[in-house]
Order: sequence, then C-alpha cells, then structure tokens
Amino acid sequence: MSDIATTTDAKLMAGQAFVRARPIVPLPPPLTEAGAIGWVRKNLFSSTLNVALTVVCAALIVWLVPPLVKFLLIDAVWTGTSRVDCLPRPDYPEVGACWAFVIDRINFFTYGFYPIEERWRVNVFFVLLAAGVAWMAWLDAPRRDLGVIYFFVVMPVASLILLLGWPLIGLEKVPTTSWGGVLVTVVVSAVGIVFSLPIGIVLALGRRSRMPAVRLFSVIFIEFVRGVPLITVLFMASVMLPLFVPETWSPDKLLRALVGVSLFASAYMAEVVRAGLQAIPKGQYEAAMAVGLSYWKTMGLVVLPQALKITIPNIVNTTIGLFKDTTLVFIVGIFDFLMTIEASRVDPNWATPGISTTGYAFAAIFYLIFCYGMSRYARFVEARLAAGDRR
Amino acid sequence: MRGVLACVLGGLVIKSVVLRLALAAAVAIAASAASAQTLNTIKSRGGINCGSNGTLAGFGLPDSQGRWTGLDVDFCKALAAAIFNDPNKAKFVPLTAKDRFTALQSGEVDVLARNTTWTSSRDTSLGLNFTAINYFDGQGFIVRKALKVNSALELGDAAVCVQQGTTTELNLADYFRANKMKLKTVTFATSTEALKAYDAGRCDAYTTDASGLAGERLRLANVNDHIILPEVISKEPLGPAVRHGDDQWFDIVKWTHYAMVNAEEFGITQANVDDQKKSDNPDIKRLLGTEGKHGEALGLSDDWAYRIIKHVGNYGEAFERNVGQGSPLKIARGLNGLWNKGGLQFAPPVR
Repeated sequence: MSDIATTTDAKLMAGQAFVRARPIVPLPPPLTEAGAIGWVRKNLFSSTLNVALTVVCAALIVWLVPPLVKFLLIDAVWTGTSRVDCLPRPDYPEVGACWAFVIDRINFFTYGFYPIEERWRVNVFFVLLAAGVAWMAWLDAPRRDLGVIYFFVVMPVASLILLLGWPLIGLEKVPTTSWGGVLVTVVVSAVGIVFSLPIGIVLALGRRSRMPAVRLFSVIFIEFVRGVPLITVLFMASVMLPLFVPETWSPDKLLRALVGVSLFASAYMAEVVRAGLQAIPKGQYEAAMAVGLSYWKTMGLVVLPQALKITIPNIVNTTIGLFKDTTLVFIVGIFDFLMTIEASRVDPNWATPGISTTGYAFAAIFYLIFCYGMSRYARFVEARLAAGDRR
Repeated sequence: MRGVLACVLGGLVIKSVVLRLALAAAVAIAASAASAQTLNTIKSRGGINCGSNGTLAGFGLPDSQGRWTGLDVDFCKALAAAIFNDPNKAKFVPLTAKDRFTALQSGEVDVLARNTTWTSSRDTSLGLNFTAINYFDGQGFIVRKALKVNSALELGDAAVCVQQGTTTELNLADYFRANKMKLKTVTFATSTEALKAYDAGRCDAYTTDASGLAGERLRLANVNDHIILPEVISKEPLGPAVRHGDDQWFDIVKWTHYAMVNAEEFGITQANVDDQKKSDNPDIKRLLGTEGKHGEALGLSDDWAYRIIKHVGNYGEAFERNVGQGSPLKIARGLNGLWNKGGLQFAPPVR
C-alpha cells in the first residue's frame, strides 16, 4: 500500500521538487501507550503507589470473589421444600446458599402478616408507587405538574385507603400490626423521604431566619433531634408514649414509628439544605432583592433551586442512610423486611447451619440494589443539572 | 452489623432499668385506667388482641405464608374460640421483650401470651396477673455425643458457650458454683454466634433455655452428633398474663388453659369431641357444657370448652403439633406432661 502510494507520488511530481500531496499514513502508536496494555499501564501501574494498590485490590478480588460466587451460585440449593434439602449430603458435601428457603418464604418477606386473600391490595400499592416514582424520576415525562399532584396527594390517599381498608367500599380493615416485610420497609422509607425534604427545607430556612422565635424553634428542634439516637426516639414513641395517654388516644404503633422516622430525618435534611443555602453567594440574595422579589420568591426562584442542586449528593446520602435506618423499627416490634428474615431463619422447618447466612445475603442484595439504584439516579440528575456549569 | 446490633441492645439493657422505674410509676395510672370490662371490649371490637412473640420457634412464629403458628398462638386461638366460636378472631400483635409489658398495661393487647416467665416482681409491681403455666421451661445443655457425658454434673472443667448479659449466663455460674465445679465460659453477644462457636468446636457445651435449644440445635452442622442433657438448671415457668383489675377476664384466660388440660386428661380430642359430647362421664359432661352452667359463670356460653377443643384441640394436641413430635423441634413432654403421667400439668376440676 505504502509502496504504491510512493510510486504514484513520484510519477506526479517528476522533474519538480518533492511535494507530498497526501498525508502520510500514520504509524500505529507504540504498544505500550495505546490499547489494552497502554490503558493498564496508564491506569493501574503508573506509579509505585498505584502498583501497590492494584496488587492489593487484585488480591482482594481473588480472595473474595471465587468463594462468594461458589457460595451464592455454584453450591447454592435452588429447589427444595424443607431443611433436609439444604443439609450437606454425601453426594453434595458442600452446601452454599439455600435459595429454596428464600423462594419458599418470599411471600412472607414481601407482605409480612398481611391476610393472604387481601395481598392484591399490596401489589396494587406497589404499582401505584412505582408509577408515581417513575413519573417524578423521568425528567422528560409529560405533564409533570399532574405528576406532582398524583405523587403527593392522589397516591398517598389511595394507598392509605387501599392498605388500611375501608369497609364502606368493601375493603376489609387490615390493622398495621399485620403489615410486614418489604411493604413496611417501603412505606416507612417513602414516608420518611417524602416528608423529610420539605420539613427539612422549612427548618433550614427557619434556622437562617431573622425572626428569633422561628430561629430558636428550628435550632432547638434540629439540635435536640440530632443529639438523640433514632433508637431512642422509636423506643420512647413505642414504649413510653402509650403509658401517658389514654388507650383511645394512643396512636397506632406504625404511625408512631413513621412520625419518629420522619422528624428524625427532617433534622438531618435541614442541616444538609442549610449547607447548600450557605454556599450560595450573597450577591444572589442581593440581586433578587434588588429586582424586588419577596422573601418567598427570592428563596423559591433564586436561592433554593441553586442550593438544592449543589446539595443533591448530600440529600441522596441522607436518603440512603434513612432507607437503611428503617431497619431499626424492628426494635419496637414492627416486622420490616430485615425482621421477617430474622423471624424466618429461626423457623425449625428450615434451620440449617447456612440458613442465617443465606437470609442475610438476601437482605444485603435487596438493600444493595435499592441503594445503588438511588445513588446512580442521583448521579444522573446531578450530571444533567450541572450541564450549565460545564460550558 | 451484628456487632452494632449487639451494642445497641446492650444500651437498651441499661435503659431498661430507667424504663422499669418509669413503668412502676405509670402502672399506678394504667392499672386504674384498665377497666373491668375487657370481655365487653373484646366482644364489641370483634376480636382479641394477643401480644405475641414473632420470632420463637414453636411458640410464636410466622409460617412461609405469614400465618401465625405456635403454642402461645394456639392458646390465643383457643381464647377466640371460647368467646367467638371462631379461632380466626384472634389478632396477633408482635411484641419485643422490651415493649411487651407496656403493650399489656396500655391496653394495646388484651392478653400477653409471649413465652413470658412468671416471676414475683412481674406478678406484683409490674401490675400483671399470670394466669396459668402453659409451658414449664428451664435452662438446658447440649453437648457432643463424642464427649460421652450423660449428665450436666460431669461438665466440670468444660468450656461452655453462652450468650452474654443474660440470666442464662448467671444461672450457669450459679449452677457450677453450687456443684463445686470449675467453669470456663465463652461468651458471645448473640445466641447465633454462641451456637456457631459451639458448632466450630470452641466449647464443649452450649446452654440456653431448653425450648430454644430444641430449635437452635437444628442449625448445627450435624444434629445427630449432639445430645441434650437431661438436667434443667433453672425454673422458667411460661404463661399468659393479663392486667391487674379485671377478675372476669383473668378467669376466662386461666380456665381456657385448664379446659385444654382437662380435655387431655379425659381423652377428649379435636377428632372425638363430638362423640364425647354424648358421653355419660359426669366430668366430661360438665366440661363440654351438656350439664351445668359453668360457661355462663365465666361470662361465656356453656359450650365454651367444646368450642376450644373443636377448633384448637386439647393441650396435648397443641403441644405435639407445635413443639412435640409433630413438629421439627421434637421436644419430649417431660415436665409438661399431665400430672398423672409424671408431668406438672394439672388442672382444677370443672364443677
């Protein structure tokens, strides 16, 4: 190829000075700089520290991954009806995860004690919630203004009627003590997340307010809640509160936990939002005031959109923390997802040496999927909102 | 994760002391608030609220579909059968060991059937009334068969795995000291870890309540290599409890258990209860309500005991189904056998 090109050039340019009419075909880059080898050299072995880290990480992967894959997949038991199927046998000496147990128990993990013939209501609730989340999360979705009304008004009311029951329209009452599993985890997290952000924003604004009463209330609330562990809040709500109010006033146990979790998360959210508010340059406030915007318009149109945008990573961080903290409701006897696993692994029908590990592995996978999903979505939103900053 | 949990629970133990003080103060208020109208409340509500344990195999545990099962659960179903002729009118409220007494005091539950040990302080200052003992439990040991130990008295110098911070640990120390044996305890934050350590060979024996032992044993790698020793080193009488202040309700709960025990003694079972109704035996006639007005005196219908046996069965049937030979736990009747068969279950006569 290059030979032909050279001869053609020579013919064209006969008798004149040599002028190259076509660009020379570039040589391939050296093997050590490009392609797989180059990438490895640049990213994994560029310095002594990098080499050391690469070796350590590789060792960790080799050490951890094969046994994990062996336990979770290769040696796992997928079908079975009782503990006997998950016990080591002469022809199956090493038994891994007992997924048959999870499959057998999946209804309990999902619905808890919810009456079997009423479980379709929980499924409908999951669909309603998923639709609402999708509508809100898909930034280019049509009629997102309607979506907000659906998500914050229609869906909660419909879910409440659906889950609790309303005898007037033929839905049997299901007390919250019968709720459990993923249902409770989702309800507690959703309520906590949905309520904590607006309350948190109000508290953050209150803490920066010039009105002393508002500021004092916000400061006391935030500092008090942040100074107390969530377990104490739940514990007080569930153990002490009923002793001091008449039986008929005593709110539902799950409701008490919901209020506790929401208020707790709000205080943390308030501090996250306050950090964002403080990062907005003073000029922004002054500019808004200069064009004659009121306090609420200043906040709503100028400050909060910027403040919330830069705090997205922290808001998501708090949200993920809250999602995992909901497991603490087990301490007041509410059967959340983790508690259903805890109750199932002591079932003598399934008790084997590996059953606890299987249960916890399943819980870990469940929480990993949800938390990773949330964090990836946050990254996407962050990148999209930051498009303006990259110009 | 489990370490954190243990830490948290440890904190709660300390808090429970504070809590107990507060409870004592609150009991006075709550006890006066507890009306003598529990039965009417239950009837107008259309169901009994039972405080239950959701995580104890054989006593209160959800099955794979989320239905409640267990000996304590069956007891509540028996109550519902006696009152409503429908065992499904029993509603179960899962309670933890911490909030169970508050739940009963505050009226959140009508009866606490949650493997609760009958002690003097709970019977008095906590404002509870224990009605009857539906399970005689006690602390037991499990050892490897290979050790060739046949009695707990041969455990001198043995390393024993135990959960720390429990009465189990204290009982263990007391027992070894009383019998002048040297003890080497290996403690763990949770029973799961303690059992794992025993299974891994770090201890010669593992100790916890005998009823729990029967369930936890199944999590050992090789169940048949282990043996539960016959000695029981502590008294743990478990039974349903009610609030102070409502004698009628107290009677109903107490006699529900006695009806089940009497039925077993007379050989009345779920299967033959209809035939037994035609029996000429005056004891059976009184129990099943074909003679006398014994149910009315309780505020129930006269066939209250018939309903219990028809829907739930007698005590022996409930025992075998939940913790005995009909269950994976395979606990022998032992102390829970009838009084005339070497056990302690004794019921006063219906007459």
